[in-house]
Amino acid sequence: MGNIIREYRTIKEIVGPLMLVDDVEGVTYGELADIKMEDGSVRRGRVLEVHGKKAMVQVFEGTRGLSPEEVKVKFLAKGMEFGMSVDMLGRVFDGSGRPIDDGPAIIPEKYLNVNGNQINPYARDYPNEFIQTGISTIDLLNTLVRGQKLPLFSGSGLPHSRIAAQIARQAAVLKTGEKFAVVFAAMGITFEEAEFFIADFRKTGAIERSVLFINLADDPPIERLTLPRMALTTAEFLAFEKDMHVLVILTDITNYCEALREISAARKEVPGRRGYPGYLYTDLSTIYERAGRIKGKNGSITQIPVLTMPEDDKTHPIPDLTGYITEGQIIILRTLHAQGIYPPVDVLPSLSRLKDKGIGAGKTREDHSDVMNQLYAAYAQGKNARELAVVLGESALTDEDILFVKFSDAFEDRFIRQGEYENRTIEESLRIGWELLGMLPKNLLKRVRDEFIEHYYPKSS
Amino acid sequence: MDGMKGEVVKVSGPLVVASGLGGARMYEMVRVGELGLFGEIIEIKGNEYSIQTYEETEGIGPGQPVVRTGEPLSVELGPGLIRSIYDGIQRPLDTLARDFGEYIVRGTQRPALDRTKTWDFKPVAGVGDTVKGGDVLGTVQESALVIHSIMVPPGRSGTVRQIGPVTGNVDTRVAVIEGPEGTFDITMVQRWPVRDPRPAKRKIPPTQTMTTGQRIIDMFFPIAKGGTACVPGPFGSGKTVVQHQLAKWADAQIVVYVGCGERGNEMTDVLMEFPHLKDPASGQPLMERTVLIANTSNMPVAAREASVFTGISIAEYFRDMGYSVALMADSTSRWAEAMREISGRLEEMPGEEGYPAYLGSRIAGFYERAGSVICIGSDDRRGSVSIIGAVSPPGGDLSEPVVQTTLRVVKVYWGLDDKLAFARHFPAINWLTSYSLYQDIADTDSDSSIDGAWSTNRKRAMTILQKEAELDELVRLVGIDALSYEDRLLMQAAKIIREDFLHQNAFDDRDTYTSLHKQFRLLNLILRYYDEIRTGLADGATLDALLKLNVLEDISRAKLIPEDDPGRFSEIEADIVNSIRALIW
Ligand SMILES: Nc1ncnc2c1ncn2[C@@H]1O[C@H](COP(=O)(O)OP(=O)(O)OP(=O)(O)O)[C@@H](O)[C@H]1O
Ligand SMILES: [Mg+2]
Repeated sequence: MGNIIREYRTIKEIVGPLMLVDDVEGVTYGELADIKMEDGSVRRGRVLEVHGKKAMVQVFEGTRGLSPEEVKVKFLAKGMEFGMSVDMLGRVFDGSGRPIDDGPAIIPEKYLNVNGNQINPYARDYPNEFIQTGISTIDLLNTLVRGQKLPLFSGSGLPHSRIAAQIARQAAVLKTGEKFAVVFAAMGITFEEAEFFIADFRKTGAIERSVLFINLADDPPIERLTLPRMALTTAEFLAFEKDMHVLVILTDITNYCEALREISAARKEVPGRRGYPGYLYTDLSTIYERAGRIKGKNGSITQIPVLTMPEDDKTHPIPDLTGYITEGQIIILRTLHAQGIYPPVDVLPSLSRLKDKGIGAGKTREDHSDVMNQLYAAYAQGKNARELAVVLGESALTDEDILFVKFSDAFEDRFIRQGEYENRTIEESLRIGWELLGMLPKNLLKRVRDEFIEHYYPKSS
Repeated sequence: MDGMKGEVVKVSGPLVVASGLGGARMYEMVRVGELGLFGEIIEIKGNEYSIQTYEETEGIGPGQPVVRTGEPLSVELGPGLIRSIYDGIQRPLDTLARDFGEYIVRGTQRPALDRTKTWDFKPVAGVGDTVKGGDVLGTVQESALVIHSIMVPPGRSGTVRQIGPVTGNVDTRVAVIEGPEGTFDITMVQRWPVRDPRPAKRKIPPTQTMTTGQRIIDMFFPIAKGGTACVPGPFGSGKTVVQHQLAKWADAQIVVYVGCGERGNEMTDVLMEFPHLKDPASGQPLMERTVLIANTSNMPVAAREASVFTGISIAEYFRDMGYSVALMADSTSRWAEAMREISGRLEEMPGEEGYPAYLGSRIAGFYERAGSVICIGSDDRRGSVSIIGAVSPPGGDLSEPVVQTTLRVVKVYWGLDDKLAFARHFPAINWLTSYSLYQDIADTDSDSSIDGAWSTNRKRAMTILQKEAELDELVRLVGIDALSYEDRLLMQAAKIIREDFLHQNAFDDRDTYTSLHKQFRLLNLILRYYDEIRTGLADGATLDALLKLNVLEDISRAKLIPEDDPGRFSEIEADIVNSIRALIW
């Protein structure tokens, strides 16, 4: 069936990014198609539905300028495959997987289907190895582990890109002699943002161990649907066939979801919340669940998806459904940003659900868990007291409250705030944590075990 | 049968339409395309058969073959279920990983019950016995905790002609029965269509509590053996942890855990942890009573839709042996979404939020398969299935259809609150909005088996918590100083109940499980403190001193008192009395 050349001029309809081709034969679901224009240029498409002799094709580069009379569609008898090679490291690709730097063509070692296969849950290994990002609010309070998926929930105008770049730059591993790579998937971000990442990766040499996929804001939105899948296929190749620890940064998931909504609307599907399709959860999970570790394999895939919450609203379907799939979230807070604090991580609602598995003696340090809980509790108490003072006036505060307010101010200034190029070790983060706890009398440190207080509490302040 | 083989007409995601399957029935299983993907007929319109496929349909197209199997989606039931991990259509994930590698390969199949494992069958019935559906013919020691009854399948009956001890795999013949329609063999395996409830002689109202070792649940919102509960909450509020805690510590004899459209790593967590955790009653590893069904979010949605039925059928099968079974489904919202997706592809008229109009009846039908029953079989043994379903409402909005239809059928509601989770108060079960309709059963049970003051203590504690909520509003407006001294004491008692009784850390070895006896002592201790400070205040002690007693430290650590040291509670109580007496003199 795959042998006959199947080229058709029978385009019946063009609606948004979709094209209906009639009188086809032997076409299968998910099959790739080349859409040839009269001027010789070619666009890529994929079969979304096939019914008898009719095939509905989604055109990746968009349908602009297509005329039913002029184009030819050729079905390729294969699904979305992408050629893989370690030579992809250090290279930049567009949303269709074509190199857009000036480097040579990639000679693929093998072809892989971009939709991947589901990891058998039985074959998974539990993520439990600490990744040091050099950012105190993550390493000490919301620890990232290899194989985790931990998104940044941000808003427009907030410095999530800088934070993501900082993580990519600094995410070293504690063990030496291991291979590390970054796969960067940019969906619908601006030219300036993309340039920022590329320049930053170049400057720090990180580009040598990175693969970049870039779809800009004015590139075809439909490419955003396959771009993360290409990026993750590359990550799987590097992680599970080349033994690398791969960090995947996906930005901006909001643009991805909008592209999905566009396709869904063009197909006249029953919309779910805010017009997003009802299968948004399942679709997102086929991206996020591609993070992880596999028993018997040395590599791992860790994901940092970045998304901008419309109106900073955490209950919007995109952050909401993301939160239901990922293993925690790092929330970027506008008010901290306005105070000039970088990185403006909202410590209290942020959470890494896998943190407990990656910290403690032998992984980070014995007192890590206690210090984390104590800093968290003290900051929460300080913030509460600060709010109380706003409602009832300063005079309503007890001496203890005032102490905690002072603590939380210092915490924001010295612990949360750090330089964009400041790469703190976990020991440094712990040291700063203890310095701050030193502001509080020992008897208020109820979450820290006595032996740790004895050992680490600052001797004199 | 006519039309055993038809062909594909249409493919749209997981939905395939085929023609030429004349004679096929609703919910019959078919194999689709050259790869032989698993699918199930879910709609018949003239010569068009709509099939939901349990695997990715890429590469399937019109003209490819569709082959009928003549059988509805069924599970294999027999020794070897325990300790297994299956996908939504009972494919054994461990065997698939061994034979096909770390990714799930389409069209692959292995028998659900491992044919290389052998079992020792010990007869219970004898030659010449007349037996009917449900009667136990013999037993197999399936795991350290489970004796597996080999039963006459429902609907069959006759006289035992041959039976004897035998060792072999599940296909081994263990008995021959002569029935009205001829003689038939009994092996150690039965098949059952998952969408049909397994019959019971009669349903009976639940009469026993299922203890969970979770203080807020056992004390305030208990669940009965054979009961139903739901756990709704926004993401990160602790649904999965509650489900895992129950799978670990509930005193059910069999646990079926269905990971329905959730994370792969959470299943791995269970797989890695359960073999090392010991059942508090027997001291045996928890895995020895556990069956896992894992259809993670990235696995095909149709198989997700089937997974809860696969799970409940296995649960009912163990119930039929006379066991108390607990089934956890995390999350029923993902199951409902799978129904919605398939319904959308069928172009059915959508109901609320795009869910099919039959959402309510499907959810009710699922929970109705829970219950306490008199099993079929001559000995009138009793068994039960309890269902605990997590619900994941979008944006935490409880007015959405899945929550609302679930609430109409379940008897226990553990409402998770993101504000509590946010403040790291776990389990984040809201004590003001949650409820249990099994409270009476639990009160009667515990008043007689634990302490006569169980139910009065519980009511007092809940009243304190409710009063606290009222006072809290006042405090927010005018500050704590506006409260009377008595109210300040009540606020203190409520705080201690919340922080030192309700709060329970699932990840602390000493805190993760609390027996009913210890739960009683602990709450009793806190109420005792409250009584004593009230007396102290009346006798002239200062408020400040009463609120800052050193013994509070001991109360807050009391939850960590080892189960075998109840005397420690009396010591603390004595300390309370003494330190307050010291304030007055
Ligand atoms: N009883 C508990 N003790 C300690 N920590 C808890 C407890 N319950 C929940 N947590 C914390 O809350 C986190 C989230 O819990 P969980 O994974 O159960 O949420 P969920 O409601 O299932 O979320 P989702 O809908 O995203 O699956 C856990 O990783 C853990 O850190
Ligand atoms: Mg969960």
